[in-house]
Amino acid sequence: MAGLGGACLLLALAVCVYGIGASLYGVRRSRPEFSDSGRRAVYALAGILTVAFAVLEIAFLRNDFTFNAVADTSSRTTPGFYRAAAVWSSQEGSLLLWAWLSSLWSSLALFLTRNRMRDVASYATAILLGFAGFFISLMVFYANPFATTRPAPLEGAGLDPLLRFPTMMIHPPMLYSGYTLCTVPFAFGMGALLARRVDAEWIGAVRRFAFAAWFLLGVGILLGARWSYSELGWGGYWGWDAVENASLMPWLTGTAFLHSLMIQEKRGMLKVWNASLVLATGTLAIMGTFLVRSGILNSIHAFGGQTLGVPFVCLIAVMIVGSIYLVVSRRGMLRSEHRLDSLLSRESIFMANNLVLVGLCFVIFWGTYFPLISEALTGHEASVGPPWFDRYTVPLALILVLLSGIGPAIAWRRATFANARRNLLVPALLGLGTVALLLVGGVPGDPGALAMFGCGAFVIGCIGQEFQRGVRARRAMSGEVPPVALLALVRRNRRRYGGYIVHLGIVVLFVGVAASSSFKHSVEPTLSVGQSSKVGAYTVHYVRPTATVSPAQDAAHTGSTLALGAVLDVTKNGRHVATLYPSEGFYASDEPSQGSVGSLIGGQPVSHVAMDAGVTRDVWSAIAPDLETPQLKRIVQIGNKTIPFARPEDALIAVAFLARSYLQHPPPAQFHFIVSPLVMWIWIGGLIVIGGGLIAIWPSGLALRRRARALARAESAQPGAGAEQGLARV
Amino acid sequence: MLVAIVTVLLLGIAILVISAPLRATRSAPEPDGDDELAALGIAREVKYREIRDAELDYRTGKLSQADYETVDATLRSEALSILDRLTELGEQDAD
Repeated sequence: MAGLGGACLLLALAVCVYGIGASLYGVRRSRPEFSDSGRRAVYALAGILTVAFAVLEIAFLRNDFTFNAVADTSSRTTPGFYRAAAVWSSQEGSLLLWAWLSSLWSSLALFLTRNRMRDVASYATAILLGFAGFFISLMVFYANPFATTRPAPLEGAGLDPLLRFPTMMIHPPMLYSGYTLCTVPFAFGMGALLARRVDAEWIGAVRRFAFAAWFLLGVGILLGARWSYSELGWGGYWGWDAVENASLMPWLTGTAFLHSLMIQEKRGMLKVWNASLVLATGTLAIMGTFLVRSGILNSIHAFGGQTLGVPFVCLIAVMIVGSIYLVVSRRGMLRSEHRLDSLLSRESIFMANNLVLVGLCFVIFWGTYFPLISEALTGHEASVGPPWFDRYTVPLALILVLLSGIGPAIAWRRATFANARRNLLVPALLGLGTVALLLVGGVPGDPGALAMFGCGAFVIGCIGQEFQRGVRARRAMSGEVPPVALLALVRRNRRRYGGYIVHLGIVVLFVGVAASSSFKHSVEPTLSVGQSSKVGAYTVHYVRPTATVSPAQDAAHTGSTLALGAVLDVTKNGRHVATLYPSEGFYASDEPSQGSVGSLIGGQPVSHVAMDAGVTRDVWSAIAPDLETPQLKRIVQIGNKTIPFARPEDALIAVAFLARSYLQHPPPAQFHFIVSPLVMWIWIGGLIVIGGGLIAIWPSGLALRRRARALARAESAQPGAGAEQGLARV
Repeated sequence: MLVAIVTVLLLGIAILVISAPLRATRSAPEPDGDDELAALGIAREVKYREIRDAELDYRTGKLSQADYETVDATLRSEALSILDRLTELGEQDAD
C-alpha cells in the first residue's frame, strides 16, 4: 500500500508540472484546448490525491506500523475515531491533507468558472497547481507520508494526548479548508492582474470562495478556542499563541476584503486595495501553514521540525514579490472608476472598517513575528505576551464593534446627518443606558469591558432597529404578518440580513470575551480530601479521589492508562450547584528507560477538564494529582524491578495497585478553579456568526442569475425596448 | 503486483481525463465580445441589486425622499447604459 501512496505522489507531481505548462501555454498562445487540459489536470490531481489520502487513512485505521507516520503518531491504544484523525497530527499527513483539500477546492472553483474568464482562469489554474506542486514536492523530497520501516515496530508512539478531543477531529480540516480556500481568490486575483482583466468579473467569481474561506477559517478558529478552553488545563480560550494568531490574520484581511469588494462591485472603486487584500490574505494563509509546519516559533500547535522552513520562506518570498510587482505594474488599470459621493455613506464606513481590520492584522503580525524580528535585529529572541496584544487590540476591537453598528444604519452612496442622527439615536441611548445601568448596578469598573458592553448594546440596537424597520417596510408593501414578513425580508436580501446577523454574532462573542476575561475569578489551591476553596461566590469542596485504570475504562475515552481525579461538590451560599469530576490522564510513553511500569504512565499527562456551564457563568475545574509521593514512587520502582517488559498485563496490575494506593491514601492535589461570566456567549456568538454566514452565503445569487437570464431572454425577444422594460421589472 | 496495476490504472485514467480536450475536435473560437458580455451581465445584476438596496434604504429610513430620488435616478441611468450596451452587443452578434 505504501508503494501505491508513493506512486500517487509522483504521479500527482507530474500532473502538476504538466498542468502548469499546459495552462500557461494555452493562455499565452491562445490555445483554449490546452487551457482546458490544464484545468482537467486539476480534476485528475484531486482524484489521485484522494487515492493517496485514502491509502494513508487506511494505514492509520489498520495500525499499519510499517508506515513511519502511523508508528510516530498512532498506536493500538489510541481510540479508533482518534486514529482516523491522527493522519493530520503528523507533519507528513498534514501536508497531504493540505494538498488534497487544495486540489478539491481548486477543482470546484475551476469547474464553476469553466465557461468564464478563460484567460484569468488559465493563470489561476497554473498558480493553484503551483501551490499543490509545492506541497507535493515537500512530501516527495522532505516529509514523505508513505515512508516505511521494516520490520515494523510492534506498537506506535500514540497520538499526542492533547489532540484526543472531539473538536480536534474537525478543527484542523476546517482550518486547512480555510487556508486552502484562501489560495483560490489569491490565484484568481493574480490571474486577473496577469491577464489585465481587473473588472468586476473576477471579484464576482471569487466572492463566494473568499466567503467560504472566511467562513471555514472562522469555524476552525472557534473550534480551536473551544478545544483550548475545554481540554488544555489553563482555562483560557485564546492565548495569543503564534499559531492562533496565524489563523486569525488571514481571517481579518478576508473580512476586510468581503466588505471592500462590495464597494468595487457597486462603484468600481478600491481596485488596488482589493487586489492587495486578496493577495495578502493568500500570502498570510501560506504563512499560517508555514508557522504550524516549520516549528520556527514556539507554540503548542507547532508540530513540525525545522526542515521545511527554507522552502516555505522561498514560496512566501515569491508570493510577496510577485504580488507587489503585479499590483505596482498594473496600477494604471486599477484606478477607481468613481469617487466617494459623500463622507457620510456606507462606503466610507466600510473603508474605516477596512483600516481597523488591517490595523488589527498589522498589530497581530508585529506581535507574532516580533521574536524573529528581534532576533534578526539584536541577536537574541524577545517575545510579547497577552498584555501587549490587549493594549493595542482592545481599542481597535471597540472601534470595529462600533462601526459594525453604524454601517448598517447608514445608506449607500449618500446619507444626511439628519437621517444618521435619527437612525443612531435610539441605539446610542441604549448603549449609554447599558453602561449607566452597569455602573449603578455595581459592576466593577473595567473601562474596556464597560465600553464593550456599551458598544455591544449600541450594535444590538442598530441591528434590531434594522430588522424592525425592514419588517415594517415589507408589511407596508405586502400586508404579511410579522414572522412571514421577516422571513421574506431575509430571503429576498440574504447578503444584507445574513451580514447583519454575522455582526450580531460578533458582538455577542466580543461581549462574552470582555465579560469572561475582565470579571473572572481564578484560584489554584492545593487541597486534601475534605477541604474546600472559595472561588468568587462559589465554594468547591474536595469530596473524594477517583481513579480508573486501563485505556478501555478511561471515562474520557482518550486511551489513557491511568486517570486520577476528584469528585468536587460546588455550592453557592450553602446550596448545591453542581458535582464536578475533573481528572488527569496519564499515558504510555515510548521511553524504555522509565521501566516496565513507569513507561505505562510516563507519557505527557493531560487534564480532563470538568465544568458546569451556564448562560450566566461557567464553573471550570482541573486537577493535577501528585504522583511523586514517596509511596507511589516506590510502587513504580518495585514494579519496574520485578516486572519485565514482556509482561505488560502484570505491569498494568502494578498500575492498578498504584491507583488503589492513591484512593486509600490520597495525597493533596493541585486544583485550578475558574468562575467566568458569560463564556457560553462566546460559543453562542460563534454559532450566530455561523448561522448568519450560512444565510449570507446561501445561493440567493442563483435566483438573481435566473432572473437576469430571464430578463436577458426577454430583452433579446424585444430588441430596442428591452432596457427600459428590464429596469421596470427590477 | 496489485500496486503496479492500480498505479497504471490511475495513470491511464489521468491521461484520458487530461488529454480529452486535446483529442476533441477544436471548436470555433469564442466571439470577441464574449468577455465584455459576461462583465456587463454581472454589472447588470449588481446594478439591479443596488437599485433594490437603495429602495430598501429609503423604506427603512436611511435615505430622505430627495436623496432617494437622486440616487435612484442615477442608478437607473447607470443601469440603462449597461442595458443599452448589452443590446448593442446583442445586435452585433446577430449581424
